[in-house]
Parts: sequence; C-alpha cells; structure tokens
Amino acid sequence: MGKKVLVIGEIREGSLRNVTFEAIAAARTVSDGGEVVGVLSGAGDLNEMGEEMVYYGADRVVTVSHDNLKTSEGHAQAIYPVIEEESPEGIIMGHTSQGKDLTPKLASKLESGLISDATEVAAEDGTIVFTRPIYSGKAFEKKEITDGLVFATIRPNNIPSLEKNEALEGEVTAKDVDIKDIRTIIKDIIRKSSDGVDLSEAKVIVAGGRGVKSEEGFEPLEELAQVLGGTVGASRGACDAGYCDYSLQIGQTGKVVTPDLYIACGISGAIQHLAGMSNSKVIVAINKDPEANIFNVADYGIVGDLFDVVPKLVEEVKQLKVNA
Amino acid sequence: MNIYVLLKRTFDTEEKISINSGRIEEDGAEFIINPYDEYAVEEAINLRDEHGGEVTVVTIGEEESEKQLRTALAMGADKAVLINTEDDLEDGDQFSTVKILEAFFADREIDIILGGNVAIDEASGQVGPRLAERLDIPCVTTITSISVDGETVNIERDVEGDVEKVETSLPLLVTCQQGLNEPRYPSLPGIMKAKKKPLEELEIDDLDLDEDDVEPKTKTTEIFLPPEKQAGKVLEGETEDQVKELVSLLKTEAKVL
Repeated sequence: MGKKVLVIGEIREGSLRNVTFEAIAAARTVSDGGEVVGVLSGAGDLNEMGEEMVYYGADRVVTVSHDNLKTSEGHAQAIYPVIEEESPEGIIMGHTSQGKDLTPKLASKLESGLISDATEVAAEDGTIVFTRPIYSGKAFEKKEITDGLVFATIRPNNIPSLEKNEALEGEVTAKDVDIKDIRTIIKDIIRKSSDGVDLSEAKVIVAGGRGVKSEEGFEPLEELAQVLGGTVGASRGACDAGYCDYSLQIGQTGKVVTPDLYIACGISGAIQHLAGMSNSKVIVAINKDPEANIFNVADYGIVGDLFDVVPKLVEEVKQLKVNA
Repeated sequence: MNIYVLLKRTFDTEEKISINSGRIEEDGAEFIINPYDEYAVEEAINLRDEHGGEVTVVTIGEEESEKQLRTALAMGADKAVLINTEDDLEDGDQFSTVKILEAFFADREIDIILGGNVAIDEASGQVGPRLAERLDIPCVTTITSISVDGETVNIERDVEGDVEKVETSLPLLVTCQQGLNEPRYPSLPGIMKAKKKPLEELEIDDLDLDEDDVEPKTKTTEIFLPPEKQAGKVLEGETEDQVKELVSLLKTEAKVL
C-alpha cells in the first residue's frame, strides 16, 4: 500500500539546497509507490523552485510564500496548515540547521515520533527502517517508528537524489497562510562560512589541526580547498588554540561530516576527531609524525610537513585541472 | 530569575564503543555531563550571578545520574532534580522525555531554560525545541552568546558557520553551542558545598504520569559498529613524487577528483 509522504524543501540564498532532492529520493522509498508531495515555504515567488522539486521526483508541490518567513517559528506556522490539510503518513526533511530547528517543533505539535539524522532509508518487509549514527558515528542504530507518522530527517550527502528529469510534470499550487505573533526576530546575519559551502554538505573538506600553527597557517589549506571546490574545517586543537573559529570544528563536539574526500593536515587524530570524520568516503592524512593516529583511518598518507606538502598539492591539482 | 538547565549524563568522549548482547556496553565506561549541557550549566550560573535568582538542574535518568547533578551543583547551580525512570521506562525516546519534562514544568514559573544543542550519544537535538513547543515559549537553538535586558533577550547563534543575531523575549528556551563560554571546573569548596545542596528525586508517578503516557513513538531494532577502517597506503619517496602519486591515486583509484 502506497503512502502519502511530504517533503519539506529548504531554500538557501535563493535556491533549493541539494538535500531537498535527497529527501525526495528518501520519500520515494518511504512512500512505496504512493504520492510524494513537496512543501516549500519562503519569501517571494516559489513557483520555479516548486517545479524543480517535481523534476527531482515530487508528484506535486504546495508552496507557501510570505514575507515573514525567516525563522523556524515562521516556517512552522507556514507548514503546519499544509500538514493538517494533506494529512500525510510520512514527512521527510534534510537534517540541516533549519531542519534540526523546524522538525522537532512540528513533531511536538503533532505528538509524533521523529527519527533525526538518518544516513540510510530502507523498506524491510513493509516497515521503513532508518539507519543513523550514534556516539558521533562510533556506532550506528537501526530505528523505526512504532506509532503513527513516519517522520525523519536525513543527513545531507548520504542518500543519493534521483536524476533530474525536466520532462516530469506536476502541479505547483500556492497556498495562503497567516503568519502571526512571531516571537523571535532576526536582526542581522554575519556571513562567515567561506564561499557558502557548508561543512555538512561539502564534497571535499581540507581540515587543519594544531600542526597548522597559526591563523595564517590556514591559508595554504584554504587554497587547496578552493582548487578542489571544497571548504575548510578544523580539529578542536586548532580551534582551542585560536587559529580558527569554533564553527569550523569537526569532531564529537562540533560537526560530524561525511564528504567524498577529507584531507587532514597536521591533525594527530584524537578519538573525538575521528568520530567526526572517519565515515568520510576517502581520507588523506598529511602529518610530520609517522606514528600519528590519523594514519590508522587514512586511505592515503603522506609523512611530511604540511607547509611543504600542501602547496605542492595545490600546484599538482591545478595542473590536473589544466590538463583535463 | 528562575533558571533551569536540562542535563544529560553521557559517555565520556574518550570512550571507545563496544556492543554486548545488542546494546552499548556501559560496564567500566566513564560518564560525564554531556559537553553541550556543560555550556548550559556555565551560562545559567553566569545569568544568575548577573541578574539574581536560582539555577535548578534537571535530569531524567537513573540513580547514577546523581553524580553529574552533584558536579553541576559543585560548579555553582543551586538545586538539582533527578526524575528517576528506572522502574517505569525501559527505552524512552524524545517524545517520552518531553512528555515528562512538560509535566515537570507544568506548574513552575520559568524565565529561561537552557540545554545543550545536542547530546553526544543519541544526537537527536530534539528535546529543546520539542519542549519549547509544548510549553509554548520561544526557542533559539545553537546559541553562542546571550544577553538579557529586562524581558528582552539578544542572542547570537551559529547557523552552519554563519552568525545570526536574534532578538526575542522571556520566558525562553535556548540550546547551547560550543563557543558560548568556557565551563569552569568545580572548586574544592564548591564540591564540599554541593554535598549539602538540595537534590530532589521524583518518579513519573509524582508528575501524575503513568507508563502509557510516556510510551515511545520509535524503537531501536539494531545497534552495530561501523566496519573497521583498514589503515591505508603511506606513500614514500621525495615530497614531489608523493604528491604526484597521491593526486594520481585520488583520480584513478579513489575516483574523487
């Protein structure tokens, strides 16, 4: 029996985030042949982004446009009436800042369960089973909803999206919702994340540890990240030493990441750091100390001074791009 | 101010995880206050010192959680509450936890509730926003600074690396992110005083709840360890050659370039 499943889309700086398409793919698994309905809330005209959700596999999309949609409090007010109207059997959203904020609010209002941060979704004998990391990836659990709505968030970059198909057709309808009594107001946003690539969604991360030695020491790492189309991260050691902002920290406290390529520079590999990155697809370690623990999880290691190795790596990658 | 902190006892971050009969092996493990909840305790103490009032730390758990509550008291919290679910709840989830907390806060005056933005074990991050929704108070997650001026509260929060400046009002629930403060270590006099501070123990029965009310909505069917990562290839030769080999391996073998 097919289920009706809602996908809550997410807009960042005027376009849909990739995890929205991954959520549609996950919703397809949950729906088991049923209907997948996209929901999109934000300011301005959302029609085009609604259509994009259709191209990635949503059967139809409901949009709620309102000027006051900046906080999760506003989004909750916009999306809740859609949930009431559609009464879905499942809801899927990305496990992003917005998803982490919004979905528990909705689940609490709906008195439903919620499985957060799933890295895999599968239908096993008619039951939907979610796999999610616990203890920052030191272990995994399989979890299912035992009562009511199948509600889950998925970790970006883990569940592949369906291929975009612009021949797909589906209705995009706009819905009017009253947004009122907003109690949290955003006064200002200070952009710190480099070139808008967020750690949780980055395909390539170049991370620095104590071995980077200073704030300026991050410069070659930034250059490498740039030529690889990735972003820079850090170990707790580098953050505690004041070389970079805590928002870059990867580890058991900090962000847990799963990029395609993780390049650890001058990171010794404390267990707390490994918990945050060891599920990356390919790991490269660059460290002066051949005994460093990071080499135990690395696919490829270079024993050497990062200030010698990283600039050479930048040149080599540039060369590769030129030849390609 | 009536300041509350939601606290969870968790595995020490140093601990390796092993599995015994389908469950995480707890024997011999060291336990700590969830690191993000530690930021909440520290901030609560600072808010009290600035604005007056009282800090109450609340945890749901078993008898063993008393140790982490005493640590929070030794840091400077005034009172502690242990809601002991040992006899009533085997495998609760976030729904169960919030049901209990909602009942606990039902007839209490609240100015601010602080919690960690996530617990390092289950890592759902649901309890804070869920509870705020039940109590119908504003909720701001992943905060890195907070200042209270009368009823008005100004907050900076970490949003995937960017800083969002938010204005809101009391009563309020916030969840704490790294960078908010540097939690203090309990002092020796603090530890002595903590032994005499009030620690109240409740069961869900005392909150007019029974087992059916807190029945979870989710269940864990399996726990497993990720496949052990094999140590890879350490390259050799001159740096130039190693770098060339690495780029070639990343392109042809690992196929990530």
